[in-house]
Amino acid sequence: MDQPVLVEARKLSVEFTLRKPLLSRRPAPVVQAVRNMDLSIRRGETVALVGESGCGKSTLGRAMIRTAPIARGALRFDGEDITHLRGEALRSARSRFQMIFQDPYSSLNPKARIFDTLAEPLHVHGKTSRAEVRGKVSEILDAVGLSPDFAARYPHEFSGGQRQRVAIARAVILQPDFIVADEPLSALDVSMQLQILKLFDELRDRFSLTYLFISHDLARVFSFADRVAVMYLGQLVEIGRAADITANARHPYTKALLAAAPSPDPEVEATREVPVLKGDIPSPAFPPPGCRFHTRCPIAMEVCARVDPAMTDFGGGHMAACHAVHPGGPSPSRPDPTEVKKDPTA
Amino acid sequence: MSPRFRLRPGRRDTLGLIGATILLLAAGCALLAPWIAPHDPTAVSLLARMKPPMWIDGGSLAHPLGTDNLGRDILSRVIWGSRISLAVGVAAVIVGASIGSTIGIVAGYFGGWIDNILSVVINAQLSFPFILLAIFLLATFGGGFWPVVFVLALGAWVNYARVVRGMVMSVKNQDYVHAAISVGVPTARILRTTVLPNTLSPIVVVASFSMAQAILAEAALSFLGVGVDGSNPSWGVMLNDGRAYLQTAWWLTAMPGLAIALTVLGGNLCGDWLQDRFNPRIGN
Repeated sequence: MDQPVLVEARKLSVEFTLRKPLLSRRPAPVVQAVRNMDLSIRRGETVALVGESGCGKSTLGRAMIRTAPIARGALRFDGEDITHLRGEALRSARSRFQMIFQDPYSSLNPKARIFDTLAEPLHVHGKTSRAEVRGKVSEILDAVGLSPDFAARYPHEFSGGQRQRVAIARAVILQPDFIVADEPLSALDVSMQLQILKLFDELRDRFSLTYLFISHDLARVFSFADRVAVMYLGQLVEIGRAADITANARHPYTKALLAAAPSPDPEVEATREVPVLKGDIPSPAFPPPGCRFHTRCPIAMEVCARVDPAMTDFGGGHMAACHAVHPGGPSPSRPDPTEVKKDPTA
Repeated sequence: MSPRFRLRPGRRDTLGLIGATILLLAAGCALLAPWIAPHDPTAVSLLARMKPPMWIDGGSLAHPLGTDNLGRDILSRVIWGSRISLAVGVAAVIVGASIGSTIGIVAGYFGGWIDNILSVVINAQLSFPFILLAIFLLATFGGGFWPVVFVLALGAWVNYARVVRGMVMSVKNQDYVHAAISVGVPTARILRTTVLPNTLSPIVVVASFSMAQAILAEAALSFLGVGVDGSNPSWGVMLNDGRAYLQTAWWLTAMPGLAIALTVLGGNLCGDWLQDRFNPRIGN
């Protein structure tokens, strides 16, 4: 991995202000959907972002293509700080990073022909000659495994898998460098999932793409991703090479996620013990103090309720944030300037 | 997404078809008036005053719906009158829909303070007794075709704005709008190519209802003497002319009244039907 870093989030936070309760004198509650996130992705790399629903992984993905508001921190793309890019500059930069959505039934405009959906990115980024647009649309439909004849049809004429191919075509037609794929498989049935995953693989080679691949299914992404990042309640809890995470997960949350995946071997599956996590994921509006995972953690200690552990580096880019795995006792606190301001008693 | 199986047309379809037929008939009358009206609608014949409809003693086939106090043929006047009523209705719908939808799209899409301001304006407009406002404006600034159209549009735009605003608030959270944003489509273009086409069905439904309302309101305004120029036959003007003879010659008011009622019914049936077609969740 000596490729240069393409996308880099540094101490990135995304916050949403909730509606203030009527007649309440307290300030409106703020949800930190993503909190102090550090994540850098090298050119050509595929990073899988996993976690339960509601952990902020989609929000992080959207922040990294500048469609979710960045409250704090910085986002660099190809060496350029794009955190505060606005207006026309942001609009034209968008051709370089794209998103693929989870549900192919809602991500395509039902009132537009496939041709118009695919031609729109070209039109708004300055390619207006009819012949050029037509050629490009046919070429991209071919690249995603659809017949160019499909251009004249409407989305409702297609199956989920075909729609997802169209959505993928829309994302790659501008030949971006970086693609955020937000659970692109979870709305599809299993046979289709494999085909679409294969398509992602082909397109990665053909257009030299860099992926942030968001998923809640750890098992599905291991073969596909170079690195895996695990998120819990808006924070990174573990990150490392896919092989390191499978073989040598450090964080109890990662272990629980790994254990939750069914084994393809029926004998193993029958005797497998599934350590079910206690309770539900807490509300991100009122996260627990200390380590955010301690309320559900099977090995929580006293310190976990007080101190939010910093990331411990295990070498080779493998890092985890857990007091229990920090060599030589509890890990130092995770640096967070906002925490001090919000809770003076801590 | 799920296919809608229909083995035979439902009752609503039949009613919708009746509504559409009535509207088409009215439109046909308006377009073909010079050819299908048996007489000149303004030709006065003092010898043939107050003739009753043909099915009543004293009526004749020459004037199937009778004649008025000046001996003008009522059938011809009703047919010609459809021109003004429908033209006013259509024009008021076009003007009202354009203004109301634009405001609704802007309020719904941008939200925040723009939405707050526009919502206050919408509610203020809704709390105003419309016919009073219309009479006031037309009496102050004078009647005529376009003034009436604009006053009617002024009364109708809120209906579009409210419905469209609600629709846009749900459409703007659809992934295809997020996709357009992340592709870098300028906002004005997103509103035009992505949001508008997906809010068109409720606009058509409201248009159908408000066309009926506009025709009714135009008749009311003409009846009150502040409508479109009184020398043209219009259903409202005919109602007003016949008012004095209500006890002796009911057909002077009943015929244009029937025409208004049928057209409005047609518009409402059509609107109901379109609403069901576009909203499978209500279903039948």
